[in-house]
Amino acid sequence: MNIHEYQAKKLLFNYGVNVTRGQVAHSVIEAEQAAEALGCESWIVKAQIHAGGRGKGGGVKFARTLTEVREQAERMLGMNLVTHQTGESGKLVQKVYIQEAYNIGKEFYLGIVLDRRLEMPVIMASTEGGVDIETVAVETPEKIIKVGIDPIIGLQSYHLRKLAYGLGLDKDQMKEFSKFIPPLFEAYLKTDASLVEINPLVLLKNGEFIALDAKLNFDDNALYRHPEIAALRDESEEEAAELEAARYELSYVKLDGNVGCIVNGAGLAMSTMDIIKQEGGEPANFLDVGGNASAETVARGFELILRDKNVKAILVNIFGGIVRCDRIANGILEAARLIHVQVPVIVRLDGTNAAEAGEILKEASIKQIIIARDMREAAQLAVQAAKGDRV
Amino acid sequence: MSILVNKDSRVVVQGFTGKEGTFHAQNCIDFGTNIVAGVTPGKGGMCHLGKPVYNTVEEAVNSTLADVSLIFVPPAFAADAILEAADAGIKLIVCITEGIPVRDILNAKKYVQHKGSRLIGPNCPGIITAGEAKIGIMPGYVFQKGRIGLISKSGTLTYEAANQIVKAGMGISTAVGIGGDPIIGTDFIDLLQLFEADEDTDAIVMIGEIGGELEIRAAEYIKEHLTKPVVAFIAGQTAPKGKRMGHAGAIIAGSKGTAQEKINALQTAGVEVSLSPAEVGSTLAELIK
Repeated sequence: MNIHEYQAKKLLFNYGVNVTRGQVAHSVIEAEQAAEALGCESWIVKAQIHAGGRGKGGGVKFARTLTEVREQAERMLGMNLVTHQTGESGKLVQKVYIQEAYNIGKEFYLGIVLDRRLEMPVIMASTEGGVDIETVAVETPEKIIKVGIDPIIGLQSYHLRKLAYGLGLDKDQMKEFSKFIPPLFEAYLKTDASLVEINPLVLLKNGEFIALDAKLNFDDNALYRHPEIAALRDESEEEAAELEAARYELSYVKLDGNVGCIVNGAGLAMSTMDIIKQEGGEPANFLDVGGNASAETVARGFELILRDKNVKAILVNIFGGIVRCDRIANGILEAARLIHVQVPVIVRLDGTNAAEAGEILKEASIKQIIIARDMREAAQLAVQAAKGDRV
Repeated sequence: MSILVNKDSRVVVQGFTGKEGTFHAQNCIDFGTNIVAGVTPGKGGMCHLGKPVYNTVEEAVNSTLADVSLIFVPPAFAADAILEAADAGIKLIVCITEGIPVRDILNAKKYVQHKGSRLIGPNCPGIITAGEAKIGIMPGYVFQKGRIGLISKSGTLTYEAANQIVKAGMGISTAVGIGGDPIIGTDFIDLLQLFEADEDTDAIVMIGEIGGELEIRAAEYIKEHLTKPVVAFIAGQTAPKGKRMGHAGAIIAGSKGTAQEKINALQTAGVEVSLSPAEVGSTLAELIK
């Protein structure tokens, strides 16, 4: 789960991390009031959306006067901010963060993530702050210093020294840096974060380190023990259909193609997307109705997929294990009746009771439902149908 | 012999009396798995599915000499169940549970290693040695006996692959679902090593997916150490970046963990990669005919 910058900063502040002073605003008036309340000489107005690269898209602006704060807030609120992470359609800005502007000495990058290879958290730091760290990782990987923190010993002073020496900090800077990191690492651990990113981490002219930006992601599986974090979820930032799918315990990801798919199991669902592509089509979604697929989950799957108006054909790919295919076949028929499926539905059922399932579908003889013999044929038929060819 | 489990494995089921535990344990018993006990705290002394129930794994081990544990405990308590099994001296711990916090698994895995035990999963279908023992949730009949070792990150795709292998005229020695989480107890390399040494396995099929780099490390290992033929399939060639595809671990982070880089690494290592999910069986048949 993602949260906004203003939420992340508040949370980190509570752990004792040095973050910028600021306030969130939902309207132009609130923005101006926030700026006034901060009582500083200049401000930064920052659009609050769940995506990086806001600066380049015009979502981060400097303001010297309250009038400029108002102007920037007015421009940003309601705008569709497009960044390299939002896709072409961009994201609607509903909130801005008004932050004190600081005298910046130097910018760094700082991140904490789980390293899947080392199987421990890793603190990453770089002198290349304020830019896209992915680019740094590709072009100048030697400029990223990584220090793994083995849970057996936790964060130690030598970890901090390794990072600080790697960044080329002097003695005073090292002292300040060593004050900044421990509360940040504690926040990472205690909140079950999957990512903490401070980009840029800034060394101010007065010698202290401060988080100018903050990004936090959390392990969804651990949210049950952090209700205060779960409450920070901003559903307007997420794809509506994906949220609804999650409520039914289905796993759905919307894509841009026109062949919808309903599959049991995440691996088979990904593979179904792959084979659609291999047969010349484009998948409209990833949808895993779960290892325990039932008539009901299949029906829900149809509903979700058909909300996407791009979908011109649906491929149902089920491998029955403990789940019996005849039950799934009945589910498909029920769904087709209930929600008046208009587009062709290509069905491939294999595994437990597949033959019986085939009989059930054949007997029902609904013209949109086409039975395929195997996965490849199913993909071919679905791709043809989506192109408008008769199948 | 096959690997890890056989008809002599003595299995204790943790979360035995719950809905999932009951359903799948019964399936395992019907398959012929030697389930010797169950554990559900507070239900010690009961008899369930004809097997004794204990309050703790330690009691179950002391009374029944169980050496494998199968875990169906809900996510919030599953890591604790793994730790308890390791502490009781269980050598092979199979955790089916999906949705365990990463931090909990990190710690549990370290402890399991420290105790010299092996964890399979979590978030996996389990392990099956055809005709001998099914310790998991897979449909047993799909896994007809044969001489192909199968390793997979995904559940249904494991059944799909096994089915293709059987339809192509071969069969399975042992199949292991290693799980789709970012941190898992046993990975491809551990099992490649076991299959390479197994007299009952002639060739290996590995099913990977996007996210992480286990497949790439497996490719390096295969290149150095394997003599038996390997066929692979990698799911998620069309998956978008930065989106979790069902499994907690199936995510392309930045530009890392794509299907293409895994396929390239495996091909470079001499592995026969089936690009289509429908051709795993035929690719294998072609390779070892």
